[in-house]
Amino acid sequence: MANIFTSSIGKKLIMSITGAFLILFLTFHMIMNGALVFSDEAYDAIVRFLGANWYALVGTVILAAGVVFHFVYAIILTLGNHKARGNIRYAETKRERGVEWSSKNMFVLGLVVILGLLLHLFNFWYNMQWTEIIGAHTNSLGMSPTDGADLVRYVFSHPGYVIAYIIWLVGLWFHLTHGMWSMMQTVGWNSKVWMKRLKCISYILSTIIVGAFMLILIILYVQSL
Amino acid sequence: MNFKLKIWRQANAKAQGRFETYEVKDISADTSFLEMLDILNNNLIHEGKEPVAFDHDCREGICGMCSLHINGEAHGPDTEITTCQLHMRKFHDGDTITIEPWRSAAFPVIKDLVVDRHAFDKIMQAGGFISVNTGGVPDANTTPIPRADAEESMDAAACIGCGACVATCKNGSAMLFVAARVSSLAKLPQGKVETLSRAKAMIAKMDELGFGGCTNTRACEAECPKGVSISHIARLNRKFLTAKFKD
Amino acid sequence: MAKIDSRIPQGPIQEKWSKHKAEIKVVSPANKRKLDIIVVGTGLGGASAAATLGELGYNVKIFCISDSPRRAHSIAAQGGINAAKNYQNDNDSVFRLFYDTIKGGDYRAREANVYRLAEVSNNIIDQCVAQGVPFARDYGGLLDNRSFGGAQVSRTFYARGQTGQQLLLGAYASLNRQIAKGTVKSYPRHEMLDLVLIDGKARGIITRNLVTGEIERFGAHAVVIATGGYGNVFFLSTNAMNSNGSAAWQCYKKGAMFANPCFTQIHPTCIPVHGEQQSKLTLMSESLRNDGRIWVPKKMEDVEKLRAKKIKASQIPEEDRDYYLERRYPAFGNLVPRDVASRAGKERCDAGYGVNDTGRAVFLDFKTAIARLGKDVIKARYGNLFQMYEKITDVNPYDEPMMIYPAVHYTMGGIWVDYNLMTTIPGLYAIGEANFSDHGANRLGASALMQGLADGYFVLPYTIGDYLSHEIQSPKVDTNAPEFEAAEKSVRERIAKLFSINGKQTVDEIHKKLGHIMWENVGMARTKESLEKAIVEIKKIRQEFWSDVKVPGKNEEFNQELEKALRVADFLEEGELMAKDALQRNESCGGHFREEYQTPDGEALRDDENFAFVAIWEYKGENEEPVMHKEPLTFEAIKVAQRNYKD
Repeated sequence: MANIFTSSIGKKLIMSITGAFLILFLTFHMIMNGALVFSDEAYDAIVRFLGANWYALVGTVILAAGVVFHFVYAIILTLGNHKARGNIRYAETKRERGVEWSSKNMFVLGLVVILGLLLHLFNFWYNMQWTEIIGAHTNSLGMSPTDGADLVRYVFSHPGYVIAYIIWLVGLWFHLTHGMWSMMQTVGWNSKVWMKRLKCISYILSTIIVGAFMLILIILYVQSL
Repeated sequence: MNFKLKIWRQANAKAQGRFETYEVKDISADTSFLEMLDILNNNLIHEGKEPVAFDHDCREGICGMCSLHINGEAHGPDTEITTCQLHMRKFHDGDTITIEPWRSAAFPVIKDLVVDRHAFDKIMQAGGFISVNTGGVPDANTTPIPRADAEESMDAAACIGCGACVATCKNGSAMLFVAARVSSLAKLPQGKVETLSRAKAMIAKMDELGFGGCTNTRACEAECPKGVSISHIARLNRKFLTAKFKD
Repeated sequence: MAKIDSRIPQGPIQEKWSKHKAEIKVVSPANKRKLDIIVVGTGLGGASAAATLGELGYNVKIFCISDSPRRAHSIAAQGGINAAKNYQNDNDSVFRLFYDTIKGGDYRAREANVYRLAEVSNNIIDQCVAQGVPFARDYGGLLDNRSFGGAQVSRTFYARGQTGQQLLLGAYASLNRQIAKGTVKSYPRHEMLDLVLIDGKARGIITRNLVTGEIERFGAHAVVIATGGYGNVFFLSTNAMNSNGSAAWQCYKKGAMFANPCFTQIHPTCIPVHGEQQSKLTLMSESLRNDGRIWVPKKMEDVEKLRAKKIKASQIPEEDRDYYLERRYPAFGNLVPRDVASRAGKERCDAGYGVNDTGRAVFLDFKTAIARLGKDVIKARYGNLFQMYEKITDVNPYDEPMMIYPAVHYTMGGIWVDYNLMTTIPGLYAIGEANFSDHGANRLGASALMQGLADGYFVLPYTIGDYLSHEIQSPKVDTNAPEFEAAEKSVRERIAKLFSINGKQTVDEIHKKLGHIMWENVGMARTKESLEKAIVEIKKIRQEFWSDVKVPGKNEEFNQELEKALRVADFLEEGELMAKDALQRNESCGGHFREEYQTPDGEALRDDENFAFVAIWEYKGENEEPVMHKEPLTFEAIKVAQRNYKD
């Protein structure tokens, strides 16, 4: 056990576990956002529940650690793998048959996701949980930090934000379609038969998660018109 | 058929390499790719130039010696094929064909298109065997092995150790090669005994020798001339992690 | 003549090997550690021998010309390996395997060796299964078998069409285990260029590092040659491009006598030659003859239409097909031995019935088998072979029959060895295809793998101890000895001479010329005239080579043209000895077919009275005629008869 994370498979295991954790978070986040479509009060109730309480803060720290680990190990792996490829690259390359674009561009997709995440943190976390943590009563927009529904509706009435978020979500979708079955492969829960099933499941789940986020986004924008 | 060939030339491991362009004429469509290179070399010798070095031996797709990256693909444009089985009928008259050596940090170039794959032997020496001496073994039919297991073992054992998986992997990873051996032996009762220690030893050696890690792109199985599946990598991952958690 | 002592143990054939093992000396573990053994070649014979010797505790050095021991040409063997397990309950036995092998070899093999081979065949299968060789299995989980030519029982074990590969990977794995333990040291990309004798004993080798060109010396208490056969004399053969006879030939020139050089196997089922640019021929496994039927059209008009591509083979009706093997040999049908099948194919093509544009091809058809068993069963049995055929020819053999023609495949002749597998040079051993001992004038299918592994796992590791037990007092071999000095000097001179010629012909061009002469005159059918002609012409080409060859580059680099030149220089001498041996053997037997000596229906006509011997050639010097010695072959356990595959 001692040196498991120094091995190439061990490092991938970290990507796999943190990745799985992030998928779970995304799922909860999606359900929570869904509440907004039906009732602003219900959404605000959840927002209050996840304010600067000890359990929400612990969750936030764990979540942040997961993201950081996922990101740091992605960099370590990518640099190591780049080195393993050698100094001279092929003059000509072709995409191998049956190989998906996303599988070879996970790092780039990951960067898109991270950039989107920073925007998202600025838009919401900074104006909600952070405002509560520092003990302020109004955020930079002059709203109450627990007034989540209004904040969300405010942000998504801007077409620029809507477009930026859509690009982010598309990147996330590509990242997820590969990431989901890949994490199962990494821990060894795959076989010739399950390969097809896992890929199918990955596509369905990624589409449900990303699709729901996007749908909510569009509904909110339309409602703001 | 006539072709223009853009070939990587490099005098030795330390020398600077570069592309050179050559022309070959009147090649029959039934000529194999390596025969086409034989013809080029014969011409080059007559012209007083140095022939192109490339690895080859059995020329029937089983020894794993041939190792060319042709037009951006390991073993060229066809599926489940080695370079020696590739025939010129797969190309069009007048094509320019780019030929490069396997490129990976663990496979340094020896000369022109020849690379050093000694690292594969080292990985095998780390644990790619069943610890049994000659003699003193039970009768071959003492342990029945389910046919499906024997077949799956054979699927993995079909690996010819050519290195196309490493050559095509964007990470220069040898996971498919290692997995083929670990998985083949893991499916047999004789090999099961040492599966966990074998997985650990071979992966440790692979990492040590400068191969990259697997990111599940599946490029290796797409280019593998013997169609070895990445499901064997899943088995290797499972065995490796089990072994590590038990430590 | 005292040198030629076959050392065959006395007593009944069934007891010879066990009696011999009991009588020969062994070396204690403490002394084994002090003894060095060099093994040249890493095919089935070399890898299995080196691994086993390493396990026993000797210090082993192993050399191969490829980048890894796993590339050796044993890997290309497709069909299978024979053993007398009798798992199929079809009344197989050690004796029957022995008998079939002797008969298949047309009574020109040494009885005692062949019996021993059959005896240890069962251990090989046990050993390979223990090593994790994934042999084909039946639904009950037990091992499956198929049939091969020259046998009426099913005794061939197989791993799809990749049996050689799987067996070699087994031996390679055992070898790797010893390399990891440090008992074996591996030298890939090293080619042996000379043998070093000190006081008449084999004491080391001179090698060329194929990457750097460095000439190196290695000393040992014994040297084992496991470098395969010399089929590439013919240029076009099923051998790998780098397979060569040079290591064995250097031993011959240092005094190891060469036996039966003319015994060459022509394999009946290879993909036909397509043109001048071809570099090698591809074998289609003999196992295909289990289900494939060989035929040519009965009517000349169909032949002409086929050649003009006006009709396809599948359009020719059943009644117009001549299944000539089934017609001529009803008892064995398509599963006659290789030499018989090859000659029958040639006979039909010579009569004008060849089915491709060169007139040198016959059909191997799976129509009947697909109708009987279904495409899936055929695919499961031969899928990879069918795929290989399609990749090369662009024809789908599920729809149209394969086209095949005989091609050079294996050399039964080789370095002469005694019962201990020791050559006429003390301390020099030869195993596998490199020696001559077990296949007589024709090798049966699936027996080469058996012999390589028998020699390497179960024979040599015992018999070498008998010699080494006398060497325990010998110190480490000093590679600074004058003998090493001299050998290295001669190697350097040979290389320098090749570069100095700077002529007009490439090595391949000369090799092709040699191959052409060999195939036309010393090939499937030989006559006194053709052989005499060959001897004259080979001499001429040899002169041409040494005055007009062009070897580019220099020695101190990776230089494939130099490698080839050194090998072809030896082929040019080997070819001549083959022709000489064929010329003295005034009979037909197995793969050696002299047109003057045939039965009225075209079968090989042996002359047991005058030619029941092993022809052993002794090298006498550069421009001297070699001298032939004879080892008489006596058969005690079986009755010698004309081979009969008809009824």
